Amino acid sequence: MITINKIHKSYVTGQNSLHVLKGIDLNIEAGEMISIMGASGSGKSTLLNILGILDNFDSGAYYLNGLKIDRLTERKAAQLRNKMLGFVFQSFNLVSFKNAMENVALPLYYQDVPRKKRNMIAMEYLERMGLKDWAHHLPNEMSGGQKQRVAIARALIGKPKVILADEPTGALDSTTSLEVMDLLHEINATGITVIIVTHELDIAKRTGKTIRITDGNITEIIKN
Amino acid sequence: MFEIDKWQEIYSTIRKNKLRTFLTGFSVAWGIFMLIILLGSGSGLENGVKEQFKGGATNGVWISSGQTSLKYKGLKTGRQIKFTNEDYKSIKSSVEGYDRISARLFLGNKIISYKNEYGSFFLSPCHPDYGFIKEIDIIQGRFLNVIDIKEFRKVAVIGEKVKSSLFKGADTTALGKYVKVNGVLFQIVGVFRDYSRNDNEQKRVYIPISTAQRVFQGENVINQISFTTGDASAQEADLMIQKSKAVLAKMHTFDIDDNRAINVWNKNEEVRKFKALFAGIRLFIWIIGIGTIIAGIVGVSNIMMIVVKERTKEIGIRKSIGATPWSIVALIMQEAIVITSFAGYIGLVLGVGLLELISKKMPPSEFFRNPEADFSVALMATALLILAGATAGFFPAMKAAKVKPVEALRDE
Repeated sequence: MITINKIHKSYVTGQNSLHVLKGIDLNIEAGEMISIMGASGSGKSTLLNILGILDNFDSGAYYLNGLKIDRLTERKAAQLRNKMLGFVFQSFNLVSFKNAMENVALPLYYQDVPRKKRNMIAMEYLERMGLKDWAHHLPNEMSGGQKQRVAIARALIGKPKVILADEPTGALDSTTSLEVMDLLHEINATGITVIIVTHELDIAKRTGKTIRITDGNITEIIKN
Repeated sequence: MFEIDKWQEIYSTIRKNKLRTFLTGFSVAWGIFMLIILLGSGSGLENGVKEQFKGGATNGVWISSGQTSLKYKGLKTGRQIKFTNEDYKSIKSSVEGYDRISARLFLGNKIISYKNEYGSFFLSPCHPDYGFIKEIDIIQGRFLNVIDIKEFRKVAVIGEKVKSSLFKGADTTALGKYVKVNGVLFQIVGVFRDYSRNDNEQKRVYIPISTAQRVFQGENVINQISFTTGDASAQEADLMIQKSKAVLAKMHTFDIDDNRAINVWNKNEEVRKFKALFAGIRLFIWIIGIGTIIAGIVGVSNIMMIVVKERTKEIGIRKSIGATPWSIVALIMQEAIVITSFAGYIGLVLGVGLLELISKKMPPSEFFRNPEADFSVALMATALLILAGATAGFFPAMKAAKVKPVEALRDE
């Protein structure tokens, strides 16, 4: 599903250049559930952003579902994100003035699905997340776990091949974290590749494979 | 681009961000509102003053006799100058370039009656040309003519108001009827309408000056000579006035520089003065109006910039779930355009509404009436503000659309 070869990435700030990724090689099969671990500043989030085509890289090659990701136009990148990828963020990143249903339905707006239909589909997904009653609430009226489940529903609605989760449990308490992990497992069970960036060992342990990144290099791949 | 879905998306964003929408809209609505009020006040002032000039040709010159105020050739000051038919004839023969000319005799108000109805009306003996100088409209019959003057006919042309107060009930036709003026019968040959602001000018009765001199005065005295200057330029008109003064000064032996021996009222000059004044006022209004619009543009631009900044994260979210950069730009611009057009329209309606209210409820005063705004100017101003809003939104929107989603999402 995902193949990357010798990915390099530097951030240039003024005269300083920070070499964040120093030649990453990684192969992720379809249907895998893996976690990326590392200390803060190790480059794990950068890697996830590159995988999510949210950020570009300096050299190396990236194949997503067999398609070479290289110097894509913004438009093409947007379409790929829309069709192939689903994002779950630590800070949920819901649109604050849209209610749960509208947030979930938003990716379908960019697929030109009519409003009624996409709201209907969004309701199905919310129901699956057990949030049917919260469909018309704004994000700030919901708990962290609820918001993350809305975000997951939004990530799923476009029927992606890969879910990319950046510290999905980072802002949640341990019980809610477990629920969210269970949810991600269920999603993985339907055949969707799930990639989770985390710094919590017990979260990482619940994935099939843990990739440890230190100083921009993969130092360890552990099968759990 | 114009799918209903997009509009629904815009509508829901607007509805859920009321303060932002209000602030953007307010600066536009306020700008347009102020512009309309400004333009309206300007036109109200101008209409009011124009009204003052109604009734009487704008190229008319009226010369009345007065008292000398300068010693001249051993003669004392304070001499009363009396015009006669000779003066009229001299001016007529020696001043070149006039279009219409008439002498007038002032007899004041006289009791005029028809059967049992009577009233006091201003009797105004004059020459046939006076109808043109005064720019009255004949609505029935005719005005005085040369034969009336020559044959000392006892004919009268009465104002609409005179007709309505003398001819009541079944007696609706005035033409051919005889009215009594100070006991003398005059036949009505015409009814006129005067567009003057002054009601009294509707209540006049014009009769041949020759008849009046013979019947009421028994002399050849006249009180006023008036003429129109045709299409003469201002300088040419001044020359005609100078020439008339010279003729009269010679005939009555007074200093030509004596401004009180005769009174000259040159309407054209007054009109010119006011035209210059209004050119100034209009310029002033435009400067303020443009200033108001610029303030509106700055306001809209500011708010659009803040809006884009405020929405950076939302833009990042939208991009991460598949929004193309162009769709982001379109979303922000369309929103800006919708808000500014709607607000501009509200400003337009409120401004025009207030002007209408003023025009209806406020009695037209001497110098202010019928305020009206030039609608096309208001529309142009609205279009300008919409364009400004769109432009002000465009650049930050382009910038925001180019921001990598990862950067937009980073700020927490």
